Amino acid sequence: MLEVSQVTAGYGAFTALWDVSLRVASGEAVAVVGPNGAGKTTLLRAISGLIAPRAGRITFEGTQLAGRPAYDIVAHGIAHVPEGRRLFPLLTVAENLKMGAFLPSARAHFRESLERVHTLFPVLAERRLQRAGSLSGGEQQMLAVGRALMSRPKLILFDEPSMGLAPVMVLRLFDLIGRVREEGYTILVVEQNVRQVLKLVDRAYLLEVGRIKVEGRAADLAEQDFVRQAYVGL
Amino acid sequence: MIDPIFILEAVVNGILLGGVLALLALGLNLIFGVIDIVWIAYVDLVALCMYAVYFLVALYGWPLWLAGVGSIGVGALLGVLVHLLIITPILSSPPINQLLATGGLLFFIQSVATLLWSTDHRSLRVDLPTIELGGIFISFTRLLAFGLSILAMTALYLFLKRTYTGTAIRAVSQDREAIALMGARPQRLYLVTSAVGGAMAGVAGALLIIQYAVHPYFGGAFGPLTFMICVLGGLGNMVGAFFAAFIMAQIISVGGVMVSTEMGYVIAFVVFIVLMFVRPGGIFAKRG
Amino acid sequence: MTALRVVGLVALAAIVLVPFLPLGAAQEYIWHVIIQIFLWSLVGNAWSLMGRFGLVSLGHGAFLGVGAYATVLFWNFFGMTPWLGATLAVLLTVAFALVVAYPCSRFQVVGHYFGLVTLAVGEVIRLLIVAERDWTGGSLGVSLKTVSTASDWWTLQFADKRVFYYVGMAAWLFGLWVWWRVDRSMARSAMEAIGEDETAAASVGIRVTRFKMGITALSAALTALGGALLALYLAYANPDTLSGIGVSLRIVFAVVLGGMYSLLGPFVGTALTIALSEYLRIYFGIKLIGIAETIYGLLLIIFIIFLPAGIYGSIADALRRRLTRSPAVVART
Repeated sequence: MLEVSQVTAGYGAFTALWDVSLRVASGEAVAVVGPNGAGKTTLLRAISGLIAPRAGRITFEGTQLAGRPAYDIVAHGIAHVPEGRRLFPLLTVAENLKMGAFLPSARAHFRESLERVHTLFPVLAERRLQRAGSLSGGEQQMLAVGRALMSRPKLILFDEPSMGLAPVMVLRLFDLIGRVREEGYTILVVEQNVRQVLKLVDRAYLLEVGRIKVEGRAADLAEQDFVRQAYVGL
Repeated sequence: MIDPIFILEAVVNGILLGGVLALLALGLNLIFGVIDIVWIAYVDLVALCMYAVYFLVALYGWPLWLAGVGSIGVGALLGVLVHLLIITPILSSPPINQLLATGGLLFFIQSVATLLWSTDHRSLRVDLPTIELGGIFISFTRLLAFGLSILAMTALYLFLKRTYTGTAIRAVSQDREAIALMGARPQRLYLVTSAVGGAMAGVAGALLIIQYAVHPYFGGAFGPLTFMICVLGGLGNMVGAFFAAFIMAQIISVGGVMVSTEMGYVIAFVVFIVLMFVRPGGIFAKRG
Repeated sequence: MTALRVVGLVALAAIVLVPFLPLGAAQEYIWHVIIQIFLWSLVGNAWSLMGRFGLVSLGHGAFLGVGAYATVLFWNFFGMTPWLGATLAVLLTVAFALVVAYPCSRFQVVGHYFGLVTLAVGEVIRLLIVAERDWTGGSLGVSLKTVSTASDWWTLQFADKRVFYYVGMAAWLFGLWVWWRVDRSMARSAMEAIGEDETAAASVGIRVTRFKMGITALSAALTALGGALLALYLAYANPDTLSGIGVSLRIVFAVVLGGMYSLLGPFVGTALTIALSEYLRIYFGIKLIGIAETIYGLLLIIFIIFLPAGIYGSIADALRRRLTRSPAVVART
């Protein structure tokens, strides 16, 4: 479904990704792990269009996406749950979700999408009129995911979803992402919490200093070596 | 001492004035809150709309209400032009450059107006009755203008609260990248904001031309006042500006009756300066 | 850079000698224009002392107005010699500036807010002048009471424009000297640090409030001096030409046009705007009122967008880069 080929990207004079290639098949759940500063966030930003890659190709369901602006890429079916959630703090929960459905194609199915999100995350229905900025960390993460679902995507990018959450919340969160996956969405997760995320996904890539070092099935990689490598990199 | 009935009348007139000032402030605030640029020339755009209404009625014989609608269109068009031609190139310049660019626009508008229409004061004589309510005399024109401003502000509120675009405009001022991830184009949202801000100027223009005479330096008269109201309410804070408008209008109106018209303004401005020092973020400071 | 210095000295000599050059029938007019350029450049330099450090004032008309009106009124009502009157006017303006600057500095009123507060202050002064029409003549302005038609150093009224030429020139040069001293002082580094990050500057021990107030006071003093001299020269003061937002914006425009960060920028900008205005006035006569301003406004917009360093600033930068061809030098942002 998604094919990233030899992408090089960065900010200004700084290059964060070097010749990175990865693939996500339809229906799969894939993780990209690695230490801080490895370029994981840059990778997602390049896919979702927040930055343009300097070299390489990004193909999604046959369409070339590299270099296109973010508002165009989401219209092709890729939703990005950004690092730090990036909710609209002064808007209510309901308004945040509404913004998620900004695309004309999403608006047409607004009611349906909203119901689905409310079923997945009942707390969002309860706190409809509450300002997003006043929610707890866990609730904010749920809202961020719900908001992404409102655009009726095919592929969802999760950028460090466990960041800033208490350990108990982290478990719940991965549980929820698992449920999202079960609903039929294809998932690409970027995470530092290697152990947890490997339980969730089919395959994983290890990204270090902007390059893919290891790639493999989650079950195989959940051995000591790989995990140790990722943590030592920290 | 002054007969209390005059003070009461001044209070009422202050409220009526407040309505129109609030409308002016809201348009300016909308643009600043979203795009983060102060249109120093905003009230001069209002003056252009006043001229538009004047000429549509006086020269082309349009009925007033139609000219008012036309004014909204003119205002929206001006908003779009200003955004595309002047604002877009300086979006990432330092604040001083932004202030100067729109300041240059102020000069430009005032002088083009002098060039085209001379410094003559032009007003539209609207013969509407004066209502008497328990001893106070209220101009129906002012009442009408007040009512229409409230209507316009309500429409703006509904637009921002209920519609997708309106909510997106509020969102883009909070997180520009995030709204792009939802499929909205920030640049387009800015354009719509400018158009709406301009349309508000158009409404204000239509409401002002029936109360005041327009001349090229009209912006110099109402401009500083409008900025002060915005700053007092907290730049970018729509609700704050709304209340600040009424506060300033009261000071001007009552001060005007108790001392003199100019001193009414002086007192209002001095109060503004004092309040700025007491609460630099505006008296309703909400934004960080 | 000695070539530049020679050119500078020659230019200075030329300026000094102008009143003695045979310029024909229009000579009084030319002197008049140059005197205006001197005095408005002084004001421009004064403004740029604040503007270059990020304290963008849109209300310098206030300082100009207080300086001008105080001088005139001290003479008209109290017969006070302008030597004393102007000095008092300047001190008054400085006191006023400190009163406004203290809360601004203390409460960190910066950027947009600062611009708008100064705008308000400028308007307050203008309105006060108009409101107190019994003393100030309101919107009609006030004329300096003339003593006689002769030249008189006591009252600083001169029949011969040339005296004022040199007075103006001296004042302008004085302003340049002050600007230059500030440019080379510790104050400059401190103010630049403050301009970039006030909190950081304060944490390094820079007395932010003190510096800000100092610069404001200096700027106000020089502006007031300019205002006083303008009023004395024109023997007339009017609230719209010497206070209010129009004047304030015009000052800013001239400085930005010429270049805010350079010594002679304000002079170049002022000379250009005044020359342009005079030229247009002659060319169009009274036929097209407002054409000068229209062109100003258009130019200001265009300059802000394309040449933020101003004409002089951009040329100076380009020249400096040419003359100091050194690949090892990292560009100063």
